[in-house]
Amino acid sequence: MGLQGYLIVSTLLFAIGAFGFLSRRNAILMLICIELMLNGVNLSLVAFNAYLPPASNAGAIFALLVMAVAAAEATVGLALVIAIIRTRQTPEVDEYSDLKE
Amino acid sequence: MLAVGVIGGGLLVVTLRNIIHSAVAMMVCFGSLAGMYALLGAPIVAAAQVLIYLGAISVLILFAIMLTQAGDANLPSPFHRQALVAGPIALVFAGLVGWAAISTDWHVAAVTVAVSVTAIATSLFTDYALPFEILSLLLLVAIIGAIYLARRPEDEELH
Repeated sequence: MGLQGYLIVSTLLFAIGAFGFLSRRNAILMLICIELMLNGVNLSLVAFNAYLPPASNAGAIFALLVMAVAAAEATVGLALVIAIIRTRQTPEVDEYSDLKE
Repeated sequence: MLAVGVIGGGLLVVTLRNIIHSAVAMMVCFGSLAGMYALLGAPIVAAAQVLIYLGAISVLILFAIMLTQAGDANLPSPFHRQALVAGPIALVFAGLVGWAAISTDWHVAAVTVAVSVTAIATSLFTDYALPFEILSLLLLVAIIGAIYLARRPEDEELH
């Protein structure tokens, strides 16, 4: 499996994550889908780093930085989701419609 | 094999009805990704994937699910009605980017070079020292924010 195989896997992972984020109703599952998208981008970064000629390690370092940002994002996102579930008693995002009325 | 794990895990995450099953499928997906990083010659990224995603984020998400599961997991449909629009959009996106990835003539190096841990450590603390420091600040802010958000309201505190 060459560079193109890895790129296709990463594209599919990003598309799956985007579809899940747009279509699922559970707030925690939407956060999981964000993680899937970030992992898809990470895979393409590491694949480019391994296959393209300039022998630097920028891709691997970018992947590590993205992982740290993803960890921070997951922490704050889950804290927000737990706080909102505690007040609204439901994880379904289409129940959060107070501002609509 | 690893690609099947990644894509199959991702599909299961999105389609499974029970959210705990989704979280387990997410762990399968992340574990296969760690294997792919190891195959790509980036063992430090694979180790970080196992530590951060399999170790930290998965446990965090499982805890959040257990804290919030009210027991009524049998919803009529886990999908929002905008799934009908989101599906074609995701398919078109995957088709376009996949077509670009296939049709582009990447000047692929003849030999793939493994990234050594020493080289990564050196450039992380020389060329990329500023992003590293900004990242540490971001993590500090995230910790403080999470503590503030997850703390109980004042009137429920025990005195």
